[in-house]
Amino acid sequence: MENQTKRQAAYMKRSLLDQGYLDEQFIHLEELQDDANPNFVEEVVKLYYTDSARYVRNIELALENGPYDFARLDNMMYQFKGSSSSIGARRVKRQCSQFQEYCNAKNIEGCRNIFQEVKQEYDTLKTKLETYFQMER
Amino acid sequence: MYQLRYVLLTFKILLFLFLGIFFFNIFYFYVNLLKKFQKFEESMNLGVGSVVKTMSGASCSVSWKSGGSDKVPDQFPAGLRVLVVDDDPTCLRILEKMLRNCHYEVTKSNRAELALSMLRENRNGFDIVISDVHMPDMDGFKLLEHVGLEMDLPVIMMSADDSKDVVMKGVTHGACDYLIKPVRIEALKNIWQHVIRKKKHEWKDKDFDQSTSVEDGDQQQKPPEDVDYSSSANEGNWKSSKRRKEEEDETEERDDLSTSKKPRVVWSVELHQQFVQAVNQLGIDKAVPKKILELMNVPGLTRENVASHLQKYRLYLRRLSGVSQHQNGLNNSFMGHPEATYGTMTSFNGLELQALAATGQLPAQSLATLQAAALGRSATKSAISMPLVDQRNLFSFENPKLRFSEGQQQLNNSNKQINLLHGIPTTMEPKQLADLHQSSQPFVAMNMQGHARMQQNNALLMHMSQQQQSSRAQMLNETNNGQVSLPPLSMSQPAAVLSRNNIVDNVRGPVYNSVPQTSSMVDFSLNQTTELQNNSFPLVSSNSGMSTLTSKRLLQEEVNSDIKGSRGFPPGYDIFEELHQQKTQDWGLPNVGSTFGTSDHSNMPGTLDVSPSMLVQQGISSMKKNGQNGNSLMGGPQLNLFSGGNLLTVKSEQLPDTSYQNTFFPEQFGQDDLMSALLKQHFMNFQQQESVGQVETEFGFDGYSPLDNLPV
Repeated sequence: MENQTKRQAAYMKRSLLDQGYLDEQFIHLEELQDDANPNFVEEVVKLYYTDSARYVRNIELALENGPYDFARLDNMMYQFKGSSSSIGARRVKRQCSQFQEYCNAKNIEGCRNIFQEVKQEYDTLKTKLETYFQMER
Repeated sequence: MYQLRYVLLTFKILLFLFLGIFFFNIFYFYVNLLKKFQKFEESMNLGVGSVVKTMSGASCSVSWKSGGSDKVPDQFPAGLRVLVVDDDPTCLRILEKMLRNCHYEVTKSNRAELALSMLRENRNGFDIVISDVHMPDMDGFKLLEHVGLEMDLPVIMMSADDSKDVVMKGVTHGACDYLIKPVRIEALKNIWQHVIRKKKHEWKDKDFDQSTSVEDGDQQQKPPEDVDYSSSANEGNWKSSKRRKEEEDETEERDDLSTSKKPRVVWSVELHQQFVQAVNQLGIDKAVPKKILELMNVPGLTRENVASHLQKYRLYLRRLSGVSQHQNGLNNSFMGHPEATYGTMTSFNGLELQALAATGQLPAQSLATLQAAALGRSATKSAISMPLVDQRNLFSFENPKLRFSEGQQQLNNSNKQINLLHGIPTTMEPKQLADLHQSSQPFVAMNMQGHARMQQNNALLMHMSQQQQSSRAQMLNETNNGQVSLPPLSMSQPAAVLSRNNIVDNVRGPVYNSVPQTSSMVDFSLNQTTELQNNSFPLVSSNSGMSTLTSKRLLQEEVNSDIKGSRGFPPGYDIFEELHQQKTQDWGLPNVGSTFGTSDHSNMPGTLDVSPSMLVQQGISSMKKNGQNGNSLMGGPQLNLFSGGNLLTVKSEQLPDTSYQNTFFPEQFGQDDLMSALLKQHFMNFQQQESVGQVETEFGFDGYSPLDNLPV
């Protein structure tokens, strides 16, 4: 039973990596786990989701009404991207980069659209990772 | 006539007595200062050791904090104290975990301002700083700038932004590394190397430090604590600040370190920006503390605060310029360097420093494998026990440095020199002259050592006059004009006061006075002294020429080029800066040249403006040079340390000299009558030994003409 879930967890991680949800940074994080912090990755992911929520909220607010401060949007997205990349959220990161490109192009519609995708990836990864951690435990 | 002579004689004796006492006092003053600082430093070290941050959940806390342990713990680099600054909690947590897995001791800060205040409060609490670039409260580069300015810790920048210009910005701001996010643990495993690298720089300093203090005679310092990694950068920094204290007056940085009572000025970002604005407005090379202060118009800020900050800022700029070689504009800051110091210094210090800086060149010179024989010769000139001791001290000073220069030859050389000292008779003047003539190096060495001995002086005199002659022949009218225009009388009395050069001059003055035994001797001596002064400069510079080119030229040529060099200040500086910019390990050789060059320049104003104000001017210029020397050699805050070391060395050297003069001078005066004969003899000898015809004639002319001129 336990063996099976472990195998499932490993399988899920494999697919998350294969599908591009995660990148090798996630593996590096797992490698950091030791006796002192056996659930380090989970801890970090939780931290990421609690902390990055404010980025998402702020960006959402900034996208609502004009005038649009693209520099600020870009900056916020930069922070969010940095945070996302630190846990290895590859897809989120990629979407963030695209958002920044729209920012540079001062394309507010593009920003809005891509931000929906960012949020979607962000949420999808959250559920996937939650499942993963549950399996692993 | 005789009465006048006796009056002069007694006056001179008194003068030298006074000088001797004066220098003795100063010597002890500095020795005491040094002792005090050492004590204080020890207490500081203890304090550092006790300020140990215990981090929650630290997997390991094997620390190699300073405390006082002198060797590298086996588990190095475990316990490296890292301050991580990142506004993103996720990144911060990951970094913390990674660093802990590397067995470092981690302190986190999610705000740059907080990190900065932590660093300010506990200067010796960290070995390295890792900072994010993008932070809302303070730009990472700003933090980097402040850390560079204030504590000189290695700083690693990190950012998800891997664009070239951002990385370049990190480099130009003095970051020792730039990590791209997400940071890998492999990259963090290696960060200790930056601490070591920084530390290595300071070892050199410390070495200076120790060697000088050993030379100081009274106190032996403990052997180099090379491997005291923990307090590494900080300790060196602290030491340097300690030294700085001797040179400049109180500054803000020291306030929190030492016992001074002045309120500490915290250079906030805004304040610093105001400062930078003011500096930019004035131009970096023209910015002096007073004007900056006026421009900034901040109540409560003192000129000293600004001065010290300006100094740090310049150091910081220079560090940048060392990294990015294209920033020529920054170099100007070197030229203006003295402002930071001279304001609070006494003119005496200035003069001292000048001499010091000169001595400071010695080790560098030896490093550059200039003929050590020069030293030996100079020592032989002062074939008296006291100077001999000095000489040895000098060597002991050098030896520790050899480790860095990895030169065994120099060791041998120094040994040889010592032998030389023993083997060479005291009456060396003619040969010395020849030596001097062949290459001015020994002369310079002698100058540095400040063995202002009578005979030597005679030799010098002749050499000088001869040189002058040659320079005249070389149509160096400018310098001649300078010499001629010297107000004769002003010469001797201010010179009597302080600088070693001046001492030499004084000694010479008397010599000549006694020789002619006529009423007009005053004029004569004055002329001589002025000549000497002027000459002393070209000689030094010629040395630099020698050291850099390592080619023997004709004396005249040397003089020529040297004087030119002295006239053209900017070129000299440019050279210097270029050298400095290279920032390579082989700074030994080029820097010798360059530093000499600068010292010459600083000498110049002093020599040309021979007037009471000369003292002050010399002081300033010498300080300038001092700072530059430090810069060139150390390239960091160590500058002060270095010059401080110089300070000590000269003191120890000067003392014997002056005392010697006190004791022996009268006797020599007793032989005054013989002096003229002696002089003549020397001249003759010199002539005989000289193989260069050109010089010979000149010399002859010069040597005899003064005697002829005597209105007997």
